[in-house]
Amino acid sequence: MPGIDSGHTAWILTSTAMVLLMTPGLALFYGGMTRSKGVLNMMMMCFGAIGVVSLLWVCYGFSIAFSEEAGGDSVGGWFGDLSAAGMRGLLEGGEPGGVPVLAFAAFQMVFAIITTALVAGAVADRARFASWLVFAVVWASVVYFPVAHWVWGASGWLGDGLGVLDFAGGTAVHVNAGAAALALALVLGRRIGWPRERVKPHNLPLVLLGAGLLWFGWFGFNAGSALAADGTAAVALVNTQVATAAAVLGWIGVEWIRYGRPTTLGAASGAIAGLVAITPACAFVEPLGAIAIGLVAGVLCALAVSLKFRLRYDDSLDVVGVHLVGGVVGSVLIGVLAVEVLAGERGLLYGGGPGLLGIQVLGVLAVAAYSFAMAWLIGTVIDRTMGFRVTPDAETEGVDIHEHAEVGYDFSSIGPTLVGAAAPAAAPAVAEAGTGDDRPAGVPDPERVAG
Amino acid sequence: MKLVTAVIKPHQLDPVKDAVQALGVAGLTVSEVQGYGRQKGHTEVYRGAEYTVEFLPKIKVEVVTDELDVDKIVDAIVTAARTGKIGDGKVWVTPVDEVVRVRTGERGIDAL
Repeated sequence: MPGIDSGHTAWILTSTAMVLLMTPGLALFYGGMTRSKGVLNMMMMCFGAIGVVSLLWVCYGFSIAFSEEAGGDSVGGWFGDLSAAGMRGLLEGGEPGGVPVLAFAAFQMVFAIITTALVAGAVADRARFASWLVFAVVWASVVYFPVAHWVWGASGWLGDGLGVLDFAGGTAVHVNAGAAALALALVLGRRIGWPRERVKPHNLPLVLLGAGLLWFGWFGFNAGSALAADGTAAVALVNTQVATAAAVLGWIGVEWIRYGRPTTLGAASGAIAGLVAITPACAFVEPLGAIAIGLVAGVLCALAVSLKFRLRYDDSLDVVGVHLVGGVVGSVLIGVLAVEVLAGERGLLYGGGPGLLGIQVLGVLAVAAYSFAMAWLIGTVIDRTMGFRVTPDAETEGVDIHEHAEVGYDFSSIGPTLVGAAAPAAAPAVAEAGTGDDRPAGVPDPERVAG
Repeated sequence: MKLVTAVIKPHQLDPVKDAVQALGVAGLTVSEVQGYGRQKGHTEVYRGAEYTVEFLPKIKVEVVTDELDVDKIVDAIVTAARTGKIGDGKVWVTPVDEVVRVRTGERGIDAL
């Protein structure tokens, strides 16, 4: 095909796969942090997001976010038109920048997926899976697709209109998801027993494995956003690496000083905080600037995760403390550390005026406010109609059993384990009562299951 | 016959097992348990929040033995399990009504 740059295209296709890997990686990262009786539900919400958002993206998501890239128009800079709905026109689409527009669409699809999946962390251990899917569909449609257009659309009012800089998604992805996470955490409320009852990660090796996969995939997320296999991608990759490394040290440094010991959870969270913070800035700052961003993010996010105890909101997996705070840090620091040769303008530190800084703050506020408000609205409507939260009994017994009839870890040698189902001795009583009323539809009867 | 039950610190299992074997005891049962005695719990800070740690991991050792040997076995266990630090555990003795060897059907002392 004429006009195709195979190097650029190969890199974008690879990055797409790498970024998709981030969502199962997120599932492991989040899953390891929850209670063991909720690990599957947490991972399921991530996989569910992959399912629904992929389909929505083809049907109309890509069009709303990027119709202009496929020859369509923008509606006032607020969202694209539906000319690319169904992606049919993309089969004979052009090759902007030497990359087939279909490849670009695929690359952006996996961004939409992970952004949606990120929000699930705020509602661990207590959300109904069906309600989560509904939320994912509506929020992706009403928030992510338009916001992607605002920030990255050719005529988007934030990126193109105001000049907000966001290379790979600090604002469009992380501030966006973080704000929605805060809203959902407030709508669903605190877990039973929180914060009195301790909830420690049940499987830290999974958390670290997830963090490692996220770190790897993030090179596709950041360097892939160059949409070319070139020097910009190289800058983004280097900055991503050093910022993350600095953030790990920053976070565990805070722990070491405050609590006397560095933790693996802190190291993993620090890595994510650094990755989040460098995401918007990776192609606009120099490596030393990236290190600074990483350090600031690591330290601030480590301190921010204590906020939820002070303010009494149950952000189960620190999506707010890491993604919202980290995204804000990175997006705003562009205004301080942007380097002219990369960004086309200078941040405050390099003699630029406060203009860029102000614009960055504006972009962050606009996305955060919109996402928060919409997530609140959607979450509340879902809660009032179908119910978002599982019943207290289901929550205490374990959301995996009640939502999926599965157990994450079946290490017992005492026959098929259905933790939470009536024990054989009690089963006759349940059968006599005839109602089995504390067992929701779909959970197998232990009398028929037990060997 | 008597059942000797000991709740001890996990890393004292090897010395206890060796001491009990040296007395010629034929078998024992070991399980992982959690518990606290007078030492109760302590608070720790994790991820910016304070947690109370109440239960500590322990090992429970159970030995069924003849009345004549009970005191020797209890003493051996206590000596082997002692570290001198808080949380060493406890040993107690309860009567056993019947013991049967599953493989042969032998009952009573013959089953020990």
